Formats: sequence, C-alpha cells, structure tokens
Amino acid sequence: MRALFFRDLALALRAGGGFGLGLAFFLIVVVLVPFSVGPQSALLTQIAPGVLWLGALLACLLSLDRLLAVDWEDGALDLLATSPLPLEGIVAVKAAAHWVTTGLPLVLAAPVLGVLLNLAPSGYGVLVFSLALGTPALSMIGAFGAALTVGIKRGGLLLSLLVLPLYVPTLIFGAEAARRAAEGLDPVTPLLLLAGITLAVLAAMPFAAGAVLRVNLR
Amino acid sequence: MSLWEYANPVKFLRLSERVQPWLWWGAGICLVVGLVWGFFFTPDDFRQGSTVKIIYLHVPSALMAINAWFMMLVASLIWIVRRHHVSALAARAAAPVGIVMTLIALFTGAIWGQPMWGTWWAWDPRLTSFLILFLFYLGYVALWEAIEDPDTAADLTSILCLVGTVFAVLSRYAVLFWNQGLHQGASLSLDKEENVADVFYFPLLVCIGGFVLLFLALVLYRTGTEIRVRRTRALMARETRGAPLQAEEA
Repeated sequence: MRALFFRDLALALRAGGGFGLGLAFFLIVVVLVPFSVGPQSALLTQIAPGVLWLGALLACLLSLDRLLAVDWEDGALDLLATSPLPLEGIVAVKAAAHWVTTGLPLVLAAPVLGVLLNLAPSGYGVLVFSLALGTPALSMIGAFGAALTVGIKRGGLLLSLLVLPLYVPTLIFGAEAARRAAEGLDPVTPLLLLAGITLAVLAAMPFAAGAVLRVNLR
Repeated sequence: MSLWEYANPVKFLRLSERVQPWLWWGAGICLVVGLVWGFFFTPDDFRQGSTVKIIYLHVPSALMAINAWFMMLVASLIWIVRRHHVSALAARAAAPVGIVMTLIALFTGAIWGQPMWGTWWAWDPRLTSFLILFLFYLGYVALWEAIEDPDTAADLTSILCLVGTVFAVLSRYAVLFWNQGLHQGASLSLDKEENVADVFYFPLLVCIGGFVLLFLALVLYRTGTEIRVRRTRALMARETRGAPLQAEEA
C-alpha cells in the first residue's frame, strides 16, 4: 500500500506536466476573474472566497482523468487488481496520492492567490483550513468518477458531467465557511458540516469506487 | 405466482401490453378531465389571479420528477441484487421521462414566477435542488449512452444512481443551509391540516393521477422498446456470426 502510494507520487512528480499543472490552472482562473468582472477591489473582496473555492475545485477536476486512465492504458491496473491489496484500498491510495499532488498544493497556494483577489484579512486562516478539509473529499469523489469513466475513450467531458454535481455539497459548505470568515461571521457550523462530508466520503466512497472498478476490469 | 416472474422479458412484455391501453386511456382521461376542470371550472385565486392554475402542471410534474428518480433507484437496486435485465432497462427507460418532468416543473415554475415573484429564476433552495436533480439525470443518461457493453453500463449506472441519490439528498439539505427560501411550502401533504383549498385540491389530485398513469405508460412502453432493441441486436449478432458458416456450406 505504501509502495503504491510512493510509486504514484514519484510518477506524478517525474512525469512532468501532471504535477503543478493544476496549480497553474488555479492561478490562471484566479487571474482571469478580475478581467471578467472588473478590477474594483470591493467587488473582488466580496467574491474572493467563492472564486478561490471554485478555482480549486476546477483545478482538482482537471487532473482527474489521468488518475486511473494511465494505469488502465498500460495494464498496471490489471496487475494491481491481481495483487493481494483490495481494489477499494487501491482506489483510496490513488485518491490520497492525487490529493498530495493536486489538493495540497492548491491549499498552500490559496492564500497567495487570496492576495490577488483582495481577500479580507479575517478570511485567510479559515479559507486554508476549509480547503484542507474539503479537498480530500474532492479527490475521493473524483476517484469514483474516474473509476466510472476509466473504460470510456475520451471520457473527460463525461467525467466532469458526472463529478461536478457530486461536488455541490462540498463546495457549498466550503465556500460558505470561507465567506463567513471573510465577513467576520462565525464559520464553525459549515466547517463541521464540511468535515462531516469529508469523513463520510472517505469512509464510504472507496467501496463504491472499488465496486465500479471491479465492473470495469471484468 | 410472484412478482419476480415478470423478470422474464416475455412475461413482462405480455403483461405490459395487456396493461398499457388501460394506462394510456386512464392517463388521457385523467389529464383531460383534470386540466379542463382545473383551467376552466375553478375560480381565480384572490391574490394570484389566473396564474394559480399552472399548479395543475407544475405540482404533478415536480412530484413525478422526484418519483422517477426513486423508481430508478429501486430498479437499480433490483438489478444489483437480483440481476434482472428488465429492471435495468426500466431504470434506463425512466431517466429521459424524469428529465422531461424536471424540465416541465422548472419551466412552468419560471412562467409562474415571472408575474408572481417578479423574476424567472431565483436561487431558492427548492429551485436550486431541482436544477441539481436535472444535472444528475443528465449525467446518468450520458453514462448509459457512453458505454457499449449493456451489462457493464447497467452495473455502472446503477451504482451511479445509488451514489447520486445520497448526494442529491445531501445537496437538497446543503442548499437549504446555503440560501433562504422564496418558494412556498408543500401544496399537498398527508399529515398537514392545511392544504390547497378544496376547489383547487380535487382537480389537482386528478392531474396527479393522470401524470402517474402517463409516467407508468411511458416507462412500460420505453422498456418494451429497449427489450426489443436488445433482442434485435442479439439476433443480428447471431446472423453475422452465422454468415461465414453458411458461406462455407455453400
């Protein structure tokens, strides 16, 4: 399990293009927002938490189609399936590697991009915390979507169509927590709900993803 | 004699063909009676004027949009547990009907909302969760369309239906948390004293009955079509596999 985790990390780091691409995408989305809505800092302050959450979510989505597809194409997934590790575990480990290579950099970059969007000073801590809480759920749900579409050629668009509605609750609570903190309100309730969603997703989703993968490998 | 007997496509088709005329006629009569009664023989509302009458399309279609998803959920569960092909095909057949019902509910709501709320659309929890339900339907149908092998497609879509149900319910409550409501409470409920006034209530019940029958008829019809499509495909596959053999014989 650990070997698989480090293998995925190493592949993501060395392959070039995979790692950091999500981060660059996040940056570009955030840079494009002032161009589209105008540079008034009051307006940007108001929408900053939501835009940062949306950007992180889209950046997370962008890298999902490579999550399982690479191993599917070269047959590594078949080998992994015959290993003693259950498929549920394999999916969970791959989601964890995806989070470390995509989610974690997004969390760390968010405050810097918050400066670009003139985020209110009270919002930074909770924004980072809510992203750190929410992105593991995004990775795990995404792994389920990737497992669903792994056998489909050019399933990228379908993957987004399937995964984005599933992201709705996470986005609502995450962005709500960041928004409340930025406006000086108490963000504890949405944070607790967000943590609940993440824990439930981490506990239950590997089984759904494993079942789906088993069907696809049949 | 058990319900599972109808997992046999032949028996299912025989039953569905015997029931369908009744359903079509029942749906037609209920809808005509309910809509005519509702549109022309009920008074205008004190405040809403004649716009209140859109309730006869809006409430039944919204009800069926949700019930169609539940039907798909049950059918998916039956497919996962007992692996009856008819069940998977019924779930597939119900999805587009559910999409249309969702669209009818959204559009009639918009038409009513424009004069009453002063806006076509508001990010109200009910409206938003319906839009999300619509997205779930789209994803479900798209996944069916994308996969060639029918059994794989049935397996994957039924798991998506289960997961989607959990997240649709979750979204419903998340959305409640996210924004305050503009939409009125439920028009009908079993445990509430106060429903819509009786003049509107009875034609509404007839309309709901009509929509339920129409939904059942459509789903049975479409399931029958799906079964026949699959049978045709199997026959054609057998033909093409048989062709070289015949050539050798000749």
